[in-house]
Amino acid sequence: MIGKDEVLHVARLARLHLTPEEVEAMSGELSGVLEHVERIAELDLSEVSPTAHVAQITGALRDDEPRPSLPLATALADAPAVSDDGFLVPSPQA
Amino acid sequence: MSIGDLSAAAAAEAVRAGELDAGELFAHYRDRAAGEEASAECSLNCFAWLGDSAPEAQPAEPWETGGGGDASYEPGAAPLAGVPLAVKDLFCTRGVPSQSGSQILAGYRPPYSATAVRRLWDAGATLLGKTNQDEFAMGSSTENCAFGPVLNPWDRTRVPGGSSGGSAAAVAAGLAPWALGTDTGGSIRQPAALCGIVGLKPTYGAVSRYGMIAFASSLDQAGPLTRDVRDAALMLRHMAGRDPLDATCTGTREEVRLPSAEDLAGVRLGVPADIEGAGVEAGVLAEFERSLALAAELGAEVRTGVTLPHAAHALSAYYVIAPAEASSNLARYDGVRYGIRAGGEDAERDLVAMYTATRRDGFGAEVKRRIMLGTYVLSAGYYDAYYGQAQRVRTMIVEDFRRAFEEVDFIVSPTSAEVAFGLGAKTADPWSMYLNDYFTVPMSLAGIPAISIPCGLAGEGEGLPVGLQIAGPAFSENRLLEVAHALELALGFDGARARVA
Repeated sequence: MIGKDEVLHVARLARLHLTPEEVEAMSGELSGVLEHVERIAELDLSEVSPTAHVAQITGALRDDEPRPSLPLATALADAPAVSDDGFLVPSPQA
Repeated sequence: MSIGDLSAAAAAEAVRAGELDAGELFAHYRDRAAGEEASAECSLNCFAWLGDSAPEAQPAEPWETGGGGDASYEPGAAPLAGVPLAVKDLFCTRGVPSQSGSQILAGYRPPYSATAVRRLWDAGATLLGKTNQDEFAMGSSTENCAFGPVLNPWDRTRVPGGSSGGSAAAVAAGLAPWALGTDTGGSIRQPAALCGIVGLKPTYGAVSRYGMIAFASSLDQAGPLTRDVRDAALMLRHMAGRDPLDATCTGTREEVRLPSAEDLAGVRLGVPADIEGAGVEAGVLAEFERSLALAAELGAEVRTGVTLPHAAHALSAYYVIAPAEASSNLARYDGVRYGIRAGGEDAERDLVAMYTATRRDGFGAEVKRRIMLGTYVLSAGYYDAYYGQAQRVRTMIVEDFRRAFEEVDFIVSPTSAEVAFGLGAKTADPWSMYLNDYFTVPMSLAGIPAISIPCGLAGEGEGLPVGLQIAGPAFSENRLLEVAHALELALGFDGARARVA
């Protein structure tokens, strides 16, 4: 069971603002999903190595040739706010 | 025969032979799609964006080159000449909205195009429109879409499946000759099944993921949604291939051929042991068994009771791995470089407040749920118990299939345990929605190719489509397509009822 404090902790890690109603709902929904998911804990797989990826690829290197990159104006065109040829963000108050 | 009755392959041939004008072909689908979108009461809502006219071929910008392909054809010789293509919203298409069904990317027009799309353009296909989907491809009903749910053309009170629901419904309704989708845990196969069309998830790595807005990178794979198996082969042939811009993309081992098999002599089909216990609807099971009997008549050897001992744990492993990868991939949506940014006093004063408010406003409920789930299973103290264990289950699933394919050539099952369900029927309980992926997720975790073909109708009244899933070893696409083609011919499924007037 994931309590409200834990939901708020995970939301902070995920940079998500949740309303009190969402915290309440999330606590129940996440607990419900984890109850199913936790069944894999019953399998003894201590000797099994994990699979992060199924593609059997080693040393996937391409030629080290310079390629054109996005022009600055194009890269900034969709930004919500720009300043001095860069992305403008609020101050990290910290 | 009218334009709308032509398969994509037949339309391409007619254009190349000078028997059909590409502009007329585009106008036919554009008018049907626009007409359907404009129908006020209950539009199928397949499209997030529709082109006005057949777009001029776009030369690649300098920064778009180097992505492999770069095929060039003599004028008039392009193999997909002028055939309109519907593209799932999450493929980046330069200058055209690419929003992945999410408010957080509302209005986003990327400066480059996905390799899979560029390859199809290079082969002559034209962009008809962008199709609605579950937000960031998270869902099995296309109800989690910022631009409204998509309806099933067979019955507008029901869902088309998901997450490529707009692509599937558009093809089934005859609003597009074919469509591009993506499959992470079943998002091509399940909507294809629920809409009565063909959907192919290729082997992981056959098609470039470059320019696909990522959900779960070790699982995401692009593939075709089409009216028939030959069209699926034709699209795959022109989208697969190595891409230096996606290091996991190796292309197919051999060129994809157009299938022509009419029998299944010598083909060993394996039926997993646990199907009847998996909550399959009686009507779906009946159509599945009828398909097996037909396969046997065509000469296939049907072996029942094939064991995939860890398949029952695939869904649990998937719902750890996919959200974990999603929570990382979706960290990029922070209101800085593109997409929306939340306003308000706090968000304007403080960076973290801006991040959290932007993500609050931009993400829908299911996406928030998966980000939370993924962050939780990756967090300190839980990582090994959840994520590590899920990766070990994945190893066992890969091993299960390897063993099974020593005994049989292909595994067959229903694609979905049930026919299309009603809108809202599964939105209250996340796990009931996730169960839709039961038969499709094991192949995704193993990275192997699987196709869904329509095999009959089941359920009340006139019935709703049932999908048959056929899965093969990695890079067995050519053989898989031959088997699907022979079965498709024998099944003789007629999808005409779903084509809107």
